[in-house]
Amino acid sequence: MRSGHGNSLRLMPVLFIAPALLFFVVYVILPIFQSFYISFHEWDGLGEMEWVGFGHYAYLLDDDRFYTSLKNNLLWLALYMLAVPAGLFIALYLNQTVRGIRLYKSMFFFPFVISQIVVGLIFSWFYNPSFGVVGHVFEFFGASPPSILGDERYVTYGIIFAGLWPQIAYCMILYLTGLNNVAPEQIEAGRLDGAKGWRLLWHVVLPQLWPATFLAIVVTVIGALRSFDMIAIMTQGGPYGSSNVLSYYMFETALSEYGFEMGYGSAIAVVLFLIMLCFIVAFLWKMYQDEKDWR
Amino acid sequence: MFPRPIEQAPKHRRLIYQLLLPVSLFIWLLPLLAIFMTSIRSAKDINTGNVFGWPSSFEMFANYSGVFLRSNAGQYFLNSIWITIPTVAVSISLACLAGYALAIYRFRWSMPLFFLFIAGNFVPFQILMVPVRDLSVQTGLYNTVTGLVLFHAAFQTGFCTLFMRNFIRALPFELIESARIDGVKEWRIFWFLVLPLVRPAIAALSVLIFTFVWNDYFWATVLTQGEASKPITAGLNALNGQFVSNWHLVSAAAILAAMPPVIMFFLMQKHFIAGLTLGATKG
Amino acid sequence: MKRALASFAMAAMVLAGSANAGELVIIFDDPNPGPKAAFEKVVADFDAANPDITVKLSINDREAHKTAIRNFLSADAPDVTAWYPGNRMGPFVDAGQFEDISGLWASDPNLSSSFEAIKPTMTRDGKQWGVPYSYYQWGMYYRKDIFDKHGIAEPKTWDELLAACAKLKANGVTPITIGTKYLWTAAGVFDYLNLRTNGYEVHNDLTAGKIAYTDDRIRATFGKWEELVRPGYFVENHASMSWQDAIAPFAKGEAAMYVMGNFAVGAMKDAGLTNDQIDFFQFPEITPGMPRAEEAPADALFIPSGAKNKADARKFLAFVARPDVQSEWNIAIGQLPPNSEAKVGDDKFIQEGMATVSTASGLAQFYDRDAPAEMAKAGMEGFQEFMIKPDRLDAILKRLDKVQKKVYK
Repeated sequence: MRSGHGNSLRLMPVLFIAPALLFFVVYVILPIFQSFYISFHEWDGLGEMEWVGFGHYAYLLDDDRFYTSLKNNLLWLALYMLAVPAGLFIALYLNQTVRGIRLYKSMFFFPFVISQIVVGLIFSWFYNPSFGVVGHVFEFFGASPPSILGDERYVTYGIIFAGLWPQIAYCMILYLTGLNNVAPEQIEAGRLDGAKGWRLLWHVVLPQLWPATFLAIVVTVIGALRSFDMIAIMTQGGPYGSSNVLSYYMFETALSEYGFEMGYGSAIAVVLFLIMLCFIVAFLWKMYQDEKDWR
Repeated sequence: MFPRPIEQAPKHRRLIYQLLLPVSLFIWLLPLLAIFMTSIRSAKDINTGNVFGWPSSFEMFANYSGVFLRSNAGQYFLNSIWITIPTVAVSISLACLAGYALAIYRFRWSMPLFFLFIAGNFVPFQILMVPVRDLSVQTGLYNTVTGLVLFHAAFQTGFCTLFMRNFIRALPFELIESARIDGVKEWRIFWFLVLPLVRPAIAALSVLIFTFVWNDYFWATVLTQGEASKPITAGLNALNGQFVSNWHLVSAAAILAAMPPVIMFFLMQKHFIAGLTLGATKG
Repeated sequence: MKRALASFAMAAMVLAGSANAGELVIIFDDPNPGPKAAFEKVVADFDAANPDITVKLSINDREAHKTAIRNFLSADAPDVTAWYPGNRMGPFVDAGQFEDISGLWASDPNLSSSFEAIKPTMTRDGKQWGVPYSYYQWGMYYRKDIFDKHGIAEPKTWDELLAACAKLKANGVTPITIGTKYLWTAAGVFDYLNLRTNGYEVHNDLTAGKIAYTDDRIRATFGKWEELVRPGYFVENHASMSWQDAIAPFAKGEAAMYVMGNFAVGAMKDAGLTNDQIDFFQFPEITPGMPRAEEAPADALFIPSGAKNKADARKFLAFVARPDVQSEWNIAIGQLPPNSEAKVGDDKFIQEGMATVSTASGLAQFYDRDAPAEMAKAGMEGFQEFMIKPDRLDAILKRLDKVQKKVYK
């Protein structure tokens, strides 16, 4: 039983929570509502706001750039998910006890620690058809190199590929920890029943890895929808907006050199928020179920 | 263990595995190696397209010092430190308090508040951008290190609270119960009993928040503009503009920017991983 | 809540002990070594001439400056800031964030007499809002040695240009280099094609939103552009190159021409080219008899209306307008002084640039400065897309019309 006794126990939690809550409300919770409010206005960040109702949302429906971004967001979500099985694969590959394996594990984790800006820079250079690695590889084979970041057909895939690198590392580490917690008896029992390889993985190991898988999916979804840094440094949404995603399109519209439409930008942000909200609700629901069990 | 330990496999497979390990690591880290090699090349190698070959001369010192001499990288670096360290301190302190309250006390708002912190932690930054920027501009916190610290601390508080609350919850509650029976005051329980017990969680959070905030680019772009407060990530983008086509310098700057989190990670690896897995391994 | 925070901020500012009487805060927008040093020299000279004034200079990265100005003008205004004339100053003038300095223009004999040519671009609502310190010409930079090798003369007409391109292409040289990753370079090409096809008025009407993009005149401009795009006269992969990256093929001799602003000469020389190898010609005539207008963007200094030390700021602007200051500054950065009394550098490109702009029938600021920012962004993306997918012209123009309707309400 965790019930309180006396007045102090009723007052204490308030005192303990108040500072964190104040900060959080001012900088995170209130701004969400303000963004909704701003999205119903025309505002350039300087003058007075002008009420336009659902005008921005109506315009969104007819905005090619918005659809391109939305499509790319879905592409990010789908392809980023590859990080989950890929991370599992590497984790299984490294889940051994040979000498020096600890160092290998941490070296494989390396890409995640690095700023996405740095990863983006590395890959921009990699992809550069005139100076980069890809360019030299193609020239070596006597072919003319593709302009990965300058061609609407490849650009999004190129950026996602770069983004997968750290994300796979992240999923890998989640699985490595998960594998540590897998009950050895169950695996042995499975082996005695004659299960091997894939069957063992699928029927015995994966169910036990579910918490790791869940976490990997959550962080990958968030990562995919938050993709901003890479696009900012690699293409700025180009060529002609074809690699844009909602997060960058919003920034570009509301706060870049070429746009100060805070209202329209906020409308884009609201759409992005609503997409994320589906995942947040799902995640909270899962947490809630877990909490109920805990009590 | 799964997969079956390689020690139990035939000798040749063991050998193959051990040979394969360094090869796969090499391929995995190829982008990093390539950028490192570039960062020690001369400008001539870059212009003549010597990307894979042996560097014609080693310019490590010249390139790395060049980054500091020819740009504001030094200032950006300092800014990053001044932004990151206070953020870590503030957000973790707040989260210790809040996490304690949410874990130990039972009150009607405990669950909704907890969920509020979790949910807030996942929102896309863009939904906060315009209002937070506006708030910073109006309070004079725009383009100051303080402004960035306050925002980051507030935002990271969500994650830290989630983490702390779960960690404290997993502590044996009887300890607190018996202290209460002994008549120990609440804040003394927190300070002398709980805080020492959550040190592993604090360590894990410190490395994580350090890395998150150090690597932040979005808020640096939104809330700062010049040398005085721009951190190294945003600075790197400026350098990229300034050193166009000077890939040896850009690479050196990129490696410099990546160093602090990398060092932090290697020094506190165990805590780092415990943090990422949301304390699933109990720190 | 907001009001409370604002008053809190006020209190904080008062406590922080706002700038001392003689302090002048300046924000400049070019951290590159050359321009930075040149401006620091100007500031140092001003300091020396005005011992009672201390200048506090801070320099932003140019791209950052373009977004930051929105914030610091309202949050913590400096006394002087760098910005750009034409439509680009419009939003701030309209929002009352720039100080009207018509008085200074009228009373300062130097400003009132020596800036006639550029005065219109500094004027909005019949008032002047800033002082220009530099401008530069655009045009066609080319590899003279390559032209000579293939016996090509500087093209004067569109047909001559096409012939030159064909000849270069046949000899394995890509005629024109460009890097459109950051979009605005494509606007330079568009502006010239449009100025030469339709003239200065159409440029202004288009950027002012008075002509639709699907207008036949604009289509004609794109038609000319197509004559360069279809045969592959621009370098490949331009969408992944910055303007500096695009110098590499030019320097290696793989490409022979570059539609650029004069600031590119320095970068070309850094890439190993000499004065003998590079030269300049005015963008060739397209519609015969069309008066020749040029791109000549100017950079200027403004006083924010929230400045604390406006008196000294005016002094600084008057100082910057002086012919001797403009001469020295522009010779240092290799650009043209807007002050007609100032001396022009004897560098051949500066001389040629002076000859080009001083005889022009009109000076355009540049597509992305003349058009409102949102329109410019959409337009330049359209230009880039057209250069890669010329077949999509119709869709692009229709989209631009839609954006135009939204922007110019």
